[in-house]
Amino acid sequence: MGTYVLRRLLQMIPVILGATFLIFAMVFALPGDPLAGKCGERPCSPAYAAQFREKYNLNDPLLVQYGKYVGKLAQGDLGQTYNNISVADQLKLRYPVTAKLALLAILIETVIGIAAGVLTGIRKGGFLDNLVLVSTLIVISIPIFVIGGLAQYFLGVKLGLFPVTVTSSDPTVYQLLLPAIVLGSLSVAYVSRLTRTNLVENLRSDYVRTAVAKGLTQRRAIGIHALRNSLIPVVTFIGFDFGALLGGAIVTESIFNIPGVGGYIFRSIRSRDGVSVVGAVTVLVIVYLVVNLLVDLIYGLLDPRITHD
Amino acid sequence: MRGTTRTVAVAAMSAVALLAAGCGSGDSGGSTSSAAGGQTGGEITVRGCNPQNPLVPSNTTETCGGNVIDAIFSKLIHYDAETAKPENDLAESIETTDNQNFTIKVKKGNTFADGTDVTAKSFVDAWNYAAYGPNAQSSGYFMEPIEGFGDTQCTGEGDDPCAGAGMAKAKTLTGLKVVDDYTFTVKTSEKVSNLPVRLGYSAFSPLPEAFFKDPKAFGDKPIGNGPYKLDAWNKEQSIVLSKNDKYKGDFGGKVDKITFKIYQDSDSAYNDVLANNLDITDEIPASALIDDKYKSDLPDRNAQKETGVIQTVTFAPTKVDPNYANPKIRQAISMAIDRDTINKQIFNGTRKSATGWVSPVVDGYKADQCGEYCTYDPAKAKALLTEAGGFKGDKITLSYNADAAHKEWTEATCNSIKQALGVDCVAVGVVDFATFRSQIADRKMKGMFRTGWQMDYPSIENFLAPIFKTGASSNDGDYSNPAFDKLLTEAAAETDPAAANKKYQEAEALLAQDMPSIPMWYGKTTMGWSDKVTGVKITAFGTIDFSSVALK
Repeated sequence: MGTYVLRRLLQMIPVILGATFLIFAMVFALPGDPLAGKCGERPCSPAYAAQFREKYNLNDPLLVQYGKYVGKLAQGDLGQTYNNISVADQLKLRYPVTAKLALLAILIETVIGIAAGVLTGIRKGGFLDNLVLVSTLIVISIPIFVIGGLAQYFLGVKLGLFPVTVTSSDPTVYQLLLPAIVLGSLSVAYVSRLTRTNLVENLRSDYVRTAVAKGLTQRRAIGIHALRNSLIPVVTFIGFDFGALLGGAIVTESIFNIPGVGGYIFRSIRSRDGVSVVGAVTVLVIVYLVVNLLVDLIYGLLDPRITHD
Repeated sequence: MRGTTRTVAVAAMSAVALLAAGCGSGDSGGSTSSAAGGQTGGEITVRGCNPQNPLVPSNTTETCGGNVIDAIFSKLIHYDAETAKPENDLAESIETTDNQNFTIKVKKGNTFADGTDVTAKSFVDAWNYAAYGPNAQSSGYFMEPIEGFGDTQCTGEGDDPCAGAGMAKAKTLTGLKVVDDYTFTVKTSEKVSNLPVRLGYSAFSPLPEAFFKDPKAFGDKPIGNGPYKLDAWNKEQSIVLSKNDKYKGDFGGKVDKITFKIYQDSDSAYNDVLANNLDITDEIPASALIDDKYKSDLPDRNAQKETGVIQTVTFAPTKVDPNYANPKIRQAISMAIDRDTINKQIFNGTRKSATGWVSPVVDGYKADQCGEYCTYDPAKAKALLTEAGGFKGDKITLSYNADAAHKEWTEATCNSIKQALGVDCVAVGVVDFATFRSQIADRKMKGMFRTGWQMDYPSIENFLAPIFKTGASSNDGDYSNPAFDKLLTEAAAETDPAAANKKYQEAEALLAQDMPSIPMWYGKTTMGWSDKVTGVKITAFGTIDFSSVALK
């Protein structure tokens, strides 16, 4: 187990380097000059342009730019955005917000999704099963900006149950609750369906029949034996979803004006702000790798047959 | 660039007229309430966006930073909030006999927020700093008319024009001289008729000693001399201003504290106004403009006003695309555009169809300069095109930047052209503003493309010289007409403003013959506010007039 974790951690280094280079090259390859829109619809003065290019190494070829960037990165310096704001400071400010939102959304989707999956799985074909089937179908088919916009308008503006926007960089759970529900709603649908299908499958399997035949209560047979085995694909999905949510939920963040990383990456790409994009995405790659490792370790807990030695 | 997306519509930032005359300096103290004006004191929140540069007046060319700069800096000249008419603010007098040598007397007794005096030197040093090439200030070019500007610029070629022999020859402008503590003179290299009008632009703000000691720290926490001072700038979240108790001018505000809350999206700001979480939004989202929804959402809490913005469609330079060289073809295309219908259907009437190249809000505006060529007349348009020998190219193209809401109107415009002229016309989206502008700047874009202009200062000259003068910085269509240039030079030499304006109007009339760009419409700004505030007025620059806003 220890060697496995160590090996996985060491594998991360080339992945991170490769990913940063790819992203760097892609941002570099984007058409358009970051200076073109900087001074409105007139060109920037030559001196301003020269200083700007010098400061951000825009005159160097790709490899030199990348080399300079990695050199700084190794010292923990993520550089500055084209708006002269430290990338590291921005990420420090924004990641906690995004992480909070992501955790809340994951919590909602896990609790509601698995509960709904179990309830529908054990009473297959019943009223509840059909109700969940129809409602998840509706949620899946509505785009998130519609759900978000409607929730904000009716629950926030009209009824005043939730704050309309977040704006703060240290939001409370209550402020983030509505965005988290919106964000989690889609995944609730997937999680409940995944849980239900897997549970139905496993309930028919031999070991559950054996467990019941041995005289185990229904609750124990389903809760300990069937459900635990059914959760492996669900955990994979949730792990993936958590990684995706940490990348920022651009649409939800912009509807509720949440100062998270999603909007930041989006805006940086648009303004050709390579340094910001690479910085934010590098952190994102690390987060993804760690979450993936955690998911792999959880497999072992759920199914003892999977070992990491 | 205003807002990250809207921005895009307009050019250089505005000199924002901040505070209206006649409201007193707000030194009454305490909370007094009056029927019309609301009470003094209290705090408000307004929609803000991210400044693109450090908050230094000479390095701010976009509205996000400009809105803040204008609240915290007073200039020599102040523009009236209603009419945009220039009036003396810090200037005691600005005198000239020949439009080339100006003597400026500064009012005594004004101080910066740090307690230091605003003197003639505060202006001269700030302007020299802005002009000096190696300082790389984005609005340094506003100093161009002042004598000696050329020597303060770097002349080198290549990556760094300031390297080696290219280094600027002079550190200061020879045209600026401090006479005594409160008097300085300005000599321009050519005659300039509207220099006093220009001096209200934020690039001409004075700067305190503290700035020159540490420009970088200053950019984060500027020390101004305006009605408000900056308390905190929480990057990408909020900018907090509070009343500057050292301010002695005539254009003070009523509220004690203004917080710019930074929004990524105008929809969320609008919803916050509906829920009374935000006091003023200076942008109404497209979704609320449909069928004037904002008027029923915010009854008696909305306003709309024409501002110094014009949207145009520019033709690529002839050497880039010869198909549009004939002015008759250009005029025919302009006459084929049904501006009123497009405005009504696409913009819900939030624009005003243009009848010339100059915004109606400025001094010197003359209506109908474009005349019949900006009036929709499909039959005449077709006849004009036939007369010009028809359109030689494959199809007419109209390019726009696809990262802002330009798709609908460009397509509608193209449809109008197609129907009237019978020539195929397509609207071409370019992925984003940066790419769009580089293609235009590199003279690679063919056909027609959208251009916009937001005035820097309220003068007819600002809509002509920077855009249509030979070799001007924003002359995207490489328009060059010696007669036009000559009229501009003559106008600049006129000491009588009325006579100068007349010359500028004559120059504008020449544009109708050559049609370097098609005037589309003038901009309007729509604002909405919560039921906590009163007295919200829109300036001619499309900004909030902070001198009249008050809590109910």
